[in-house]
Amino acid sequence: MIERKLDLVVVGGGAAGLAAAIAAKEEEIDSVLILERNEELGGILPQCIHTGFGLHYFKENLTGPEYIARFVQKVHKLGIEYKVETMVLDLNQRREILAVNSSEGLMRLRADAVVLGMGCRERSRGALHIPGTRPAGIFTAGTAQRLMDIEGYVPGARVLILGSGDVGLIMARRFAMERVEVMGVVEVMPFPGGLPRNLQCLKDFAIPIFLRHAATFIHGSDRVEAVTISKLDDSRRPILGEKRTIECDTLIVSAGLIPENELSKKACIELDPRTGGPVVDENMETSVQGIFACGNVVYVHDLVDHVTRDGEIAGRNASKGILGQLRPLERRISLFPGGNMRYIVPQIISGKQPLTLYSRVFRPAFNIDITVGRNVTVHKHFAKPAELVTINLTAERLKDLEKEEEITVSMNA
Amino acid sequence: MKTSVLIIGAGIIGTAIARELSRYTVKVALIEKETDVAFGGPTKANTAIIHAGYDDRLGTLSAQLCQRGNGLWSKLASELNIPFKRIGSLVIAFQGEQKRVLKDLLERGERNGVQGLKIIEDQELFEMEPNLNKDAVAGLYAPTAGVVSPYEAAIALAENARANGVSIYFGTKTTGLTVRSNEVKAVRTSNGRIYTRYVVNAAGLFADEISSLAGIDEFQIIPRKGEYVIYDKDLGGMVNHVLFPVPTPISKGITVTPTVDSNIIAGPTAQDVQNKNDFTTTLDGLEEVLDGAHKLVPRLSSRRDAIIASFTGLRPQPTTDDFIIKPYQKPHGFINVAGMKSPGLTSAPAIAKMVVGILKEEGLTLHKRDGFSASRAPIVHPLRDFHPAKTEEAIENNPLYGHVVCRCECATEAEIVEAIRRGATTLDGVKYRTRAGMGRCQGGFCAPHVIRIISRELGVPVQEVTKRGGDSRVLPFPAKHFLVGDER
Repeated sequence: MIERKLDLVVVGGGAAGLAAAIAAKEEEIDSVLILERNEELGGILPQCIHTGFGLHYFKENLTGPEYIARFVQKVHKLGIEYKVETMVLDLNQRREILAVNSSEGLMRLRADAVVLGMGCRERSRGALHIPGTRPAGIFTAGTAQRLMDIEGYVPGARVLILGSGDVGLIMARRFAMERVEVMGVVEVMPFPGGLPRNLQCLKDFAIPIFLRHAATFIHGSDRVEAVTISKLDDSRRPILGEKRTIECDTLIVSAGLIPENELSKKACIELDPRTGGPVVDENMETSVQGIFACGNVVYVHDLVDHVTRDGEIAGRNASKGILGQLRPLERRISLFPGGNMRYIVPQIISGKQPLTLYSRVFRPAFNIDITVGRNVTVHKHFAKPAELVTINLTAERLKDLEKEEEITVSMNA
Repeated sequence: MKTSVLIIGAGIIGTAIARELSRYTVKVALIEKETDVAFGGPTKANTAIIHAGYDDRLGTLSAQLCQRGNGLWSKLASELNIPFKRIGSLVIAFQGEQKRVLKDLLERGERNGVQGLKIIEDQELFEMEPNLNKDAVAGLYAPTAGVVSPYEAAIALAENARANGVSIYFGTKTTGLTVRSNEVKAVRTSNGRIYTRYVVNAAGLFADEISSLAGIDEFQIIPRKGEYVIYDKDLGGMVNHVLFPVPTPISKGITVTPTVDSNIIAGPTAQDVQNKNDFTTTLDGLEEVLDGAHKLVPRLSSRRDAIIASFTGLRPQPTTDDFIIKPYQKPHGFINVAGMKSPGLTSAPAIAKMVVGILKEEGLTLHKRDGFSASRAPIVHPLRDFHPAKTEEAIENNPLYGHVVCRCECATEAEIVEAIRRGATTLDGVKYRTRAGMGRCQGGFCAPHVIRIISRELGVPVQEVTKRGGDSRVLPFPAKHFLVGDER
């Protein structure tokens, strides 16, 4: 078995992992290795052929492949080592990694620091408990996107899409552009899940959206033949009689993303049940010293630009750790969400270092005050579940923060 | 085509009979209307339990065969490398009067010849099952109960039968029976006529219809629908034994059971339906399963998020309420092996032996076959089994053992290719043999890869690859022009 000792191993060659690896290499870390299970670097971006990437990071409007190509090129330019079609099987608290691929077999790697960037997976039909048959023709949005834009197969002729998050909306447009008949987008909530700019996807192609509806039956024995959708009451239960059956041959499930933390669990890293990802401090370090995490494995982002920034923070701090320059936080303040706030990341801050907190709300709210502890208030015009809420903790605001070990970040809508 | 014995139905019963007959020099054919082993229904979707045999009514065929079948599973599983664990079962009583039912079951079990039955109470019960509902007062422990992978069992039996000379034909639907002077002469199928002296009807849900073709209308098969949910492997270890509630007259109730693959399965409901193809799940069914499961293991109620799939199985419930395993004189040569409700799976190895005995009595000459091989090599999963030395060796011999295709279940390309070599032609066929697509993402990541591997290995276009045969093509639409064929 191959045994190697490295400075840094990055698990996952998507936007987060690449940014972390590049940041570390730029901090003069010698041996950096990226492990990617897919057949190429880039994570999900090579199949996201629409634009909208890089508006913040590059101040340019790029497609997914264009955005990630810049990082892949940098990986090549900096001579960062990477392995594709390589699966990490195990990780422990001593930062020992067991990985496998077909050309080298099993390899045991030891690293001074590890950055986790495994991303997320899609919630499947099974997890949604949609009653009915189990025919061919049910795909998650990401699978459909891969089939269409990597493999070259349009997976349906008449499709219905479940979920009006960004992914669902973009896929609705993508299908329409392939001249597929998009029968509609179904959304459980009374408001669309995606960013306003992506709602335009439906308007451009006159695709109906069924708000406050859920799929309540899948029909068809061999192939999907139709899907029944029902109107929901306030407690999200189907209203008897208020249903319609929509003929289609394909159902696209775009009902949420789940951070993929199987490896984090193996390494006994503390997870936050609110995000589904590791608890991280302001350095993006997890509860296990020397293991950092970034991107969608920590919490589901809506913009890749933020994922890249996460990755850079993780990569830089991992480098500091390797060089013995990462000092433990002077104080450890745990942040907890309150009121309309779903989660707060990072979950642990020092209170010394100015930083941005990221959060998501349960319900849309307008003209709001976000309170951090008792003394700090940040005003926002609005907050929507589709968009991350950013809370800038400037040096000035940090001065007012009380000296507690636990602080609640709350929203009074 | 000509054979001596024709078995209809490649579920667990048909394949077990085929394998048992393959010990002898007789010519045997097995036909199946579906595309693959165990695709018909009951075998692929059931609770996967090898029952101890305490709850079948004394004197019934099912009581006798369940008890015998249970004893045969250890040897069968080890010969054919079928995933099987004798983990034991517990029937859980909640109030004092349910405790009386446990006693009745214990007595009945002992009369049925079940070994090791014991009533467990208090502390000991919760030591065995720390997550059991604290309101439980006692449990009937049956150490001989176990769990098995039923579709892998049927696949293993079919592979071993075929290696010992049995011919298997898929996509072959029985359409009629030719009888002359009261003797079975041939079976008419969608693929032509097969001449045979004996017909063994192991057609599962459709056994009554096949029986009617022979003019035998003495029973009907009522599909008894059972809905299930499967939990993520993350929850493995939450339950250690097969957990039953106290049974009702029509069902053993909603059980919570670890599977051989370390998932947890909960179910089934029990509802008689009309349609033999009604594999739909329902909201009511889901709620009923969850209610039952939460009653036994309350901790599951906070883990609805860990449900990775739900599905429906149909038990072939006979109107006679007992297995129907017998020969007929009108026409001679026709043997029914029907009504394989629970515990059909447990009983399968014993049923196979019984059917061989019936064939002998009906005049079939059976000579032991020289060179019969009782063993069947499994598809190995060195990576999933987390065996570093075996993984290294496997990759050295075949590098594809290092290419993980299904990340959730750690199935490699080598295993998928091997599954196809052994007869898988569909996504489900690959799934049943390798578990690719059976994990928490339910094939989201691996399905495109598996489709491509099937297409490559079988030399069929991607558009022709199906989920489970028939018209279940996954990508039946024209490929996008710019990526077709050699341009890639």
